[in-house]
Amino acid sequence: MPRIAGVDIPMDKPLRISLRYVYGLGPVNTMDILKEANIDPQKRAKELSEDEIARIGNIIDRNYIVEGSLRRQIQQNVARLKDIQSYRGFRHRRGLPVRGQRTRSNARTRKGPRKTVAGKKGVKELHG
Amino acid sequence: MSRSTKKGPFVAYHLLEKVNRLNENHSKEPVKTWSRASTIIPDFVGHTFMVHNGRLHVRVFVTEDMVGHKLGEFAPTRVFRGHTMARKEEEPKT
Repeated sequence: MPRIAGVDIPMDKPLRISLRYVYGLGPVNTMDILKEANIDPQKRAKELSEDEIARIGNIIDRNYIVEGSLRRQIQQNVARLKDIQSYRGFRHRRGLPVRGQRTRSNARTRKGPRKTVAGKKGVKELHG
Repeated sequence: MSRSTKKGPFVAYHLLEKVNRLNENHSKEPVKTWSRASTIIPDFVGHTFMVHNGRLHVRVFVTEDMVGHKLGEFAPTRVFRGHTMARKEEEPKT
């Protein structure tokens, strides 16, 4: 199985899909890369020649931040917000939505599974 | 949508004036302000602002990392002290 951008081993799906297994590459990036490398987006990863793999790897190395370094960059951005005591940093620390969304309901992605509080209005009916 | 670059960052005029004056005098007096919406520009670094949070003025010392943020981001307007304890045994509804 071919290796692209470090450890990622996409499978026998069309390249335009399989490249998206690399953290940081989405539909648009993938198409741009394949266009630049002059490779058919429908080609499967297992059909790639060594040369083609090298070409893709090269383009990614040059123009994109992916995988570990991207994760690190995001981590640093969040750490910076926390560090300067900003409101956004505070929301990150609390694990609440950062961009002004409501929290009375929803916001489950940030808050995680519901933590039911006993005695709160409405709880008894729910678990009747 | 973000603000047009043509206009430059928003800084309340009175605040800008005041900071410029302080910079000329090389003075670092705290600046009391209600203008939470003002962007922190590089000239502000090293100054102390007293940013209004609706009740009182919160002391904010501006560091280089804060450039580009708004003053209000550093003066929280809400205080959350946890939820109240659940009352014991509510009457069952019928």
